[in-house]
Amino acid sequence: MITRRSLLGAWGSLWVFGSGESWSMEAEAIHFDMLYKNFGVRGLEFSDRLKSLVSKSVVITGYMAPPLKAESQFFVLTREPLSICPFCQSDADWPLDIIVVYLKKASPLVSAGAQIHVTGRLEIGSYLDPETGFVSQLRIVDASFSKSR
Amino acid sequence: MRVSRPICTMLFSMLAIASAHSQTIYPLNRAEILAGSKFDFKVEFPNAPKEADVSVTINGKDVTQALGKKPQFIEKEDGQDYSALVLRDVSLTQTGIYQVVAKLGTMEKKVSWEVYASQKPRVAKNVILFIGDGLSVAHRTAARILSKTIAEGHYGGELAMDDMPHMALISTAGTDSIVTDSANSMSAYATGHKSCVNALGVYCARNKNTLEHPKVETIGELLKRKMDMSVGVITNTEIEDATPAGIVAHTRRRSDFNDIVKMFYDVKPDVIMGGGSPNFLPKSVNGSKRTDEVDYLKLFQDSGYRFVSTDQDMKAASADPKTTKMLGLFNTGNVDGALDRMILKKGTVSKFPDQPDLTDQVKSAVKVLSKNPNGFFLMVESGRIDKYSHSLDAERAIFDTIMLDNAVKYAKDFAAKKNDTLIIVVGDHAHAVSILGSYDDARPGNTPREKLGIYAEAKFPNYPAPNSEGYPASVDVSRRLAFNFGSYPDHCFNAKPYLDGENVPAVAGPTKGEFIANEKYCSQPGAVRVTGNLPADANSGVHSGDDVVLTAIGPGSEMFRGHMENVKVFRVMATALAIPAKDRKSKQH
Repeated sequence: MITRRSLLGAWGSLWVFGSGESWSMEAEAIHFDMLYKNFGVRGLEFSDRLKSLVSKSVVITGYMAPPLKAESQFFVLTREPLSICPFCQSDADWPLDIIVVYLKKASPLVSAGAQIHVTGRLEIGSYLDPETGFVSQLRIVDASFSKSR
Repeated sequence: MRVSRPICTMLFSMLAIASAHSQTIYPLNRAEILAGSKFDFKVEFPNAPKEADVSVTINGKDVTQALGKKPQFIEKEDGQDYSALVLRDVSLTQTGIYQVVAKLGTMEKKVSWEVYASQKPRVAKNVILFIGDGLSVAHRTAARILSKTIAEGHYGGELAMDDMPHMALISTAGTDSIVTDSANSMSAYATGHKSCVNALGVYCARNKNTLEHPKVETIGELLKRKMDMSVGVITNTEIEDATPAGIVAHTRRRSDFNDIVKMFYDVKPDVIMGGGSPNFLPKSVNGSKRTDEVDYLKLFQDSGYRFVSTDQDMKAASADPKTTKMLGLFNTGNVDGALDRMILKKGTVSKFPDQPDLTDQVKSAVKVLSKNPNGFFLMVESGRIDKYSHSLDAERAIFDTIMLDNAVKYAKDFAAKKNDTLIIVVGDHAHAVSILGSYDDARPGNTPREKLGIYAEAKFPNYPAPNSEGYPASVDVSRRLAFNFGSYPDHCFNAKPYLDGENVPAVAGPTKGEFIANEKYCSQPGAVRVTGNLPADANSGVHSGDDVVLTAIGPGSEMFRGHMENVKVFRVMATALAIPAKDRKSKQH
């Protein structure tokens, strides 16, 4: 899966250089508040609106969680800035409503305090990252991001 | 001492080397072992010697003779540079002092254990152990001020936890440090053995696998195995978290949440209530935190547990005479605290609109547990006193102290009917909290230190009079308690309550593993930037090594007096219940 992404990434970057604007014009805005229609003790269910946007271009505002490596091709997007770094300690736990972002290309990653906008293609379903073993249920792939301020 | 410095250093480091490389015997020195309780016996020998090179005796006898089974000898355990002599699940039924000697060449290590049993018959039918996680003296004083009112120096009433005939100062140090976390401090109460930070129901040895460290038996296991009593574990935190886990768990690492769910299933306490549902769901369910496909919700239900996830369901389940066992999971994380549920409506209140209050959890639990004619043991935790103290959120911590007190009041009323219940209220460890005076908006200036009234200028805070449950209707008043936290990361502070949600003092910084002030609070009116007094990898306040206060009422409570080490709390409970040395089926070792 990663190899296919890197290939797509190579093609996709032809778009992003100088045409970041055209991506965001296409993208549907989504928010952390509308991801789930059911968020209970028996599990989570994605909202119908979210499910209708699978494979489409979306944009969402959130905070980048402290990443494994300073330069990386993936990071976790959270609703609020995380005060605990799950990759740093085994004790800490991810919030349940995280989004895993796979970038088109590896990028220097900002600190967890900064609010960012992420644009990319929406993916749902269970996926195991082969490099890190990280399991995600909700992803934005072929993504790029920019700081809010 | 007139020894030249280089020689002194050399001697000191030789001694240090010697002690780091001598054998270790588990249980450690001065262990107090309840007669008939199970434990793992282990000796670790440095430099991986062969079995023939070592000798271990217990009161002069070899291990097989003393403990009834032949031990296992493992050269280079886990591929490491030490050998281990291990014998699991042993017990000693004869009371007295045991001298354990482990020899390797000329190196000899000796430890001494006391095996004890209750000398008196059983005096308590039930035991209710209330743990205020992090409950320190300042939390009590603040809860008393807010919930009982104060005028001209006199309080309008007593906290239920204060109005008890017996009191003790409990010291909380662990095997490794003067400061504990909630894991090894709870382990001391639940097993009678001390352990190290982050560990539950084990001694911290050198095993690589967190689940293989030498175990000690928990009160949950003992009462199920020996006395057919009902057991309840109630909390408002994730049920897998250290304090509730302490009743059932054996692991070197408290974050082994998925394994801890299995341990709950193995012991099967009759009533289990808290948050932390994701660790019960199989991996394929969205929202699960398990790495396997085991459906613990189904497993518990198949074992006769009534599953509930709201306050309404909980009350209905406990009112139903057919209910003998209950599993309540009310939040994916921690249950929201009293201030959010009742007034501010922040946290996850909108996602989980019907979470129970701790007092109602206790009421439901007691209804179910008291059906057992053999009696019950109930552990109740108000866990967010600690969590809100870590996040430097005074009002939330104080409200959850009041909530604990309401639960204690209900338990006392229950116990007063028959006077057969030992009730204990205690903190597991302290926080560095203290009341400095009051923050008075009427004082000129904007910054906290300008607003701080000290000595006579503190006067009395002006919270509105409490309602019938002891809560003032607002915390956003003009003269508030200056409830000070003595340990903190870099953070911004404006001496006002956190009305928008729990305080998050620090966030991850640009350097991995280090934390910086959460800028969100730095632009608030009157805010000042505070340089942290903790190491940069601390993201919130930390525990303190201060003693905590224990109060108790009921049969057996007279055993609490003066200063006692935390392991003695287990000993008092075991004695009041007269946990027998022999098993129910009289299996003898």
